[in-house]
Amino acid sequence: MTDASMDKIARATPAPMARRIRGLSDRTIAWIFVAPSIFLLLAVNIFPLIWTIRLSFTDYRVNRPNREAEWVGLENYQRILSDSGIWSTMQATAHFLIWTIVLQVLIGFALAYLINMKFRGNDLWTTIIVLPMMLSPAVVGNFWTFLYQPQIGLFNYVIAFFTGADPASFSMIGDVNLAPWAIIIADTWMWTPFVMLICLAGLRSIPDSIYEAAECDRASKWRQFWTLTIPMALPFLMLAVLFRGIENFKMFDLVVQLTGGGPGNTTTLTSIDLKREAFERWRTGYSSAYAVILFVTVFGLASIYVKALTKVKER
Amino acid sequence: MKKQFMATVATGAFLAAGATSAQAEDLTLCWAAWDPANALVELSKDFEEKSGHKMSFEFVPWPNFADRMLNELNSGGQLCDLMIGDSQWIGGGAESGHYVKLNDFFDAEDITMDDFIPATVTGYSEWPKGTPNYWALPAFGDVVGWTYRKDWFERPELQAEFKEKYGRDLGVPATLAELKDIAEFFEGRDIDGNTVYGAAIYTERGSEGITMGVTNALYNYGFLYENPEKPYEMEGFVNSPGAVEGLEFYKALYDVGPPPGSSNWYMGENIDAYKSGQVALQMNFAFIWPGVEADPNVGGGKSGYFPNPAGPAGQFAQLGGQGISVVAYSSKQDAALEYIKWFAQPEIQARWWELGGYSALKAVVEDPGFASSQPYAQTFLDSMAIVKDFWAEPAYADLLLAMQEKIHDYVIAGNGTAQEALDGLVEEWTVIFEDEGKL
Repeated sequence: MTDASMDKIARATPAPMARRIRGLSDRTIAWIFVAPSIFLLLAVNIFPLIWTIRLSFTDYRVNRPNREAEWVGLENYQRILSDSGIWSTMQATAHFLIWTIVLQVLIGFALAYLINMKFRGNDLWTTIIVLPMMLSPAVVGNFWTFLYQPQIGLFNYVIAFFTGADPASFSMIGDVNLAPWAIIIADTWMWTPFVMLICLAGLRSIPDSIYEAAECDRASKWRQFWTLTIPMALPFLMLAVLFRGIENFKMFDLVVQLTGGGPGNTTTLTSIDLKREAFERWRTGYSSAYAVILFVTVFGLASIYVKALTKVKER
Repeated sequence: MKKQFMATVATGAFLAAGATSAQAEDLTLCWAAWDPANALVELSKDFEEKSGHKMSFEFVPWPNFADRMLNELNSGGQLCDLMIGDSQWIGGGAESGHYVKLNDFFDAEDITMDDFIPATVTGYSEWPKGTPNYWALPAFGDVVGWTYRKDWFERPELQAEFKEKYGRDLGVPATLAELKDIAEFFEGRDIDGNTVYGAAIYTERGSEGITMGVTNALYNYGFLYENPEKPYEMEGFVNSPGAVEGLEFYKALYDVGPPPGSSNWYMGENIDAYKSGQVALQMNFAFIWPGVEADPNVGGGKSGYFPNPAGPAGQFAQLGGQGISVVAYSSKQDAALEYIKWFAQPEIQARWWELGGYSALKAVVEDPGFASSQPYAQTFLDSMAIVKDFWAEPAYADLLLAMQEKIHDYVIAGNGTAQEALDGLVEEWTVIFEDEGKL
C-alpha cells in the first residue's frame, strides 16, 4: 500500500475509531483481523475433529437420542482393526488408488506432451480433452452405467468388436473380476485431463533456452526427454499424484453411482464403507473411530509425500 | 418417555379441541417418489377442499428414501408432519419417539384396527409386534408378487416346446422350482426377433433390494428369523438346512434367469426390463401392477400376475407397504391427525384403490366386486394372505445392511457358500442384538 493511500484511509477513519485504534498495539490489531478466520477454522474444522475423536471412544448412536452413550475406551479401534471386512475395503481402495494414479499420470503426461507440441487445432483439442472433468461425478457414473450395459452398452460393443466376444457375455459392473476395473476406467476417463493440465503447466514452465543449449550439446531427443523434461516436470507430476491420491482416497459418488460398492463388497471403498457405518447403520461412535483412523492414515501419508515433494523441488 | 408424553398430550389436546381445527395449516407429507405417491396427491385434493388445509409433499426416490427420511427423523427435523414410513421403521419410530402414538386418537375417532387387513396392522402399525400399540394407520398394502408375459405363455409353439422339455404345461408356476424352469426356458430365447431373458429379480446392493427379493425364496424353504419359542435365538433358524437350500435356490435363479448386467437391480430396473420386453417374468412389489396394466407394450391383457409360488416349507411372500404416522416433531399435529381421520374413511379408501393405491381397509378389499375390479386384484388378495416381514426392530437398518452384504456377496459375487453366508449373518445379527442389549 502506498503512503498516499495510507493517508487517505487514515483521513477517512472517523475520529473516535482512530482514537481507539491508536491505543492498540500492532499485534492486537493483527489479532483482530485474524480472529474471525481463526474462529471459523475452530468452529468448522477443529471443533468437529475434537468432537469426532471424543465420540470415537463411545458407543454413541445418533439414531438413539434416548440412550446414553457409554465410554468404551479403545474397543471401537480394536474392532475396526481386527475386522477382515474393513481390511478388504482397504485393499479395494488401494487397488483403485494405485491403478487410477498410474494410468492417469501416464496418459495425462502423454497427452500433455502431445498438446505441448505446437500444432494446428491445439487449443480445440485441449478444450475437448478437458471436457470430462467438467462433468459431475454422478452424471459420469450414470452414463458409464449405460456404457457398461451388456446388451446396449457401447463399451461392451467396442470390446466385442476387437475380441469377437458376445457383448452380452460379460458385465463390467456385475462381475467380481471386472468391476474394480470398471471404476478405474471411468475415473481415469474423467480425471486424466486434470493430470494433463498440471503436466502441461509443468512442461510449459521449462524454458526453451534449456532445450536450445541441449541441442547445441548434440543431446538426442530421447536424452533431452529423460534428462531435462522428466526431472523438470517431476515436481508437477508429484503434485498431480498428491491431488489425485487425496481425491481418490475419498472417492464416493462415482463409484456409488456405478456399482453401489458391489458386486458383494468388491468395489466398496473406505469412504463408502464409512458412510454406511455412519449414516445407514448409525454406529456413530464406531464410525468416528473409523474416520479418525482414515484421517491419521491420509495425514501421515500426505505429510511424508509433501516432504519428498519439497526435496524434489529443492534439487 | 418425555417425547411420548408430549405426543400423548398433543393427541389429547387435539381431541379436546374437536376434530376440526380452526386454523388452516400447510401440512407436509413425506413418502417415497413412486406411482402411488402421485395417486395420493390426487386423492389429497379432496382433503384440502374439505379441511381448508394445504397439502405439500416431499417425495424421495426409493434408493435414497430411508437415508433421507431417517436422517430427518433422527435429527428431530420438522420437514414432515405426516410420514408414510417403511414398515420396518415402526420399531425405531416408536422407541425413539419419532412417531405419535395413535391409540387415544383411534379410540376417540372410532377408528378400529379390526377394520384393516390383519397383516397390515401387524406389519405397519404395531410396536411391539402383537400388542395393541399403534403408531401408524395402514396406508398402502403391498407385497412382492410376480408379473408374467401372458401373451408369450399362450404361444402354441412355446407351449409345445415347454411341454416337451419339462413334461408339463407352460403356465403359472405352482412352486419356486417350476418358476426357475420357466425362467431358464425363456433365458436367451429369440422372440419376435429380439433376445429375451427369463426373470428380473431383486439384486440391488445399496439399500434393501436383494433382501426384499431373497426372502421370497428363504421363507418358502424354511428360513425363520428367530426361534418362535425364544426371541432372538437365531442359530438353527436363520441358517437352518432349509434356509441354506432357499439361498442356494435364489443364487441358482440368478445364475439362470435374469438379463445380463442385472447385478444391482431393484424395482425400477425390473419394471424397465419388463416393460421393454426383455423378460418373461419379473419379481416386484404389487404397486407396479396398475402401471403394467396401463402400459401400451405389456398392458391390456398381455400380462398376468401370480403370488410368490410355494417352496418345500410353505408359501410366503415378502411384505411391502407402509403405514401413515404423525411425526412427533411436527408443530401441526392436530391438522396431521385430521388428515389421518379423513384418510381412514371407507369412501376415501375406496377412491384410493380406484386411483391405484392399495387400500388395506377390509371394507374395500372384501367388497364382492373387489376381486374382479382389476386383473391383479385377486393376486393382491392372495398375496396379502401369505405375507411375512423383515425385522422391524429399532436396529432394523443395521440388520438389513448385514443381510444385504452377506446375501449379495454370495448370490451376486459368488463368494463362499450359502451356509457360510447365513452363518455369517447369524454372527452379525447376534452382535447387533448384543449391542442393543437384547441378547
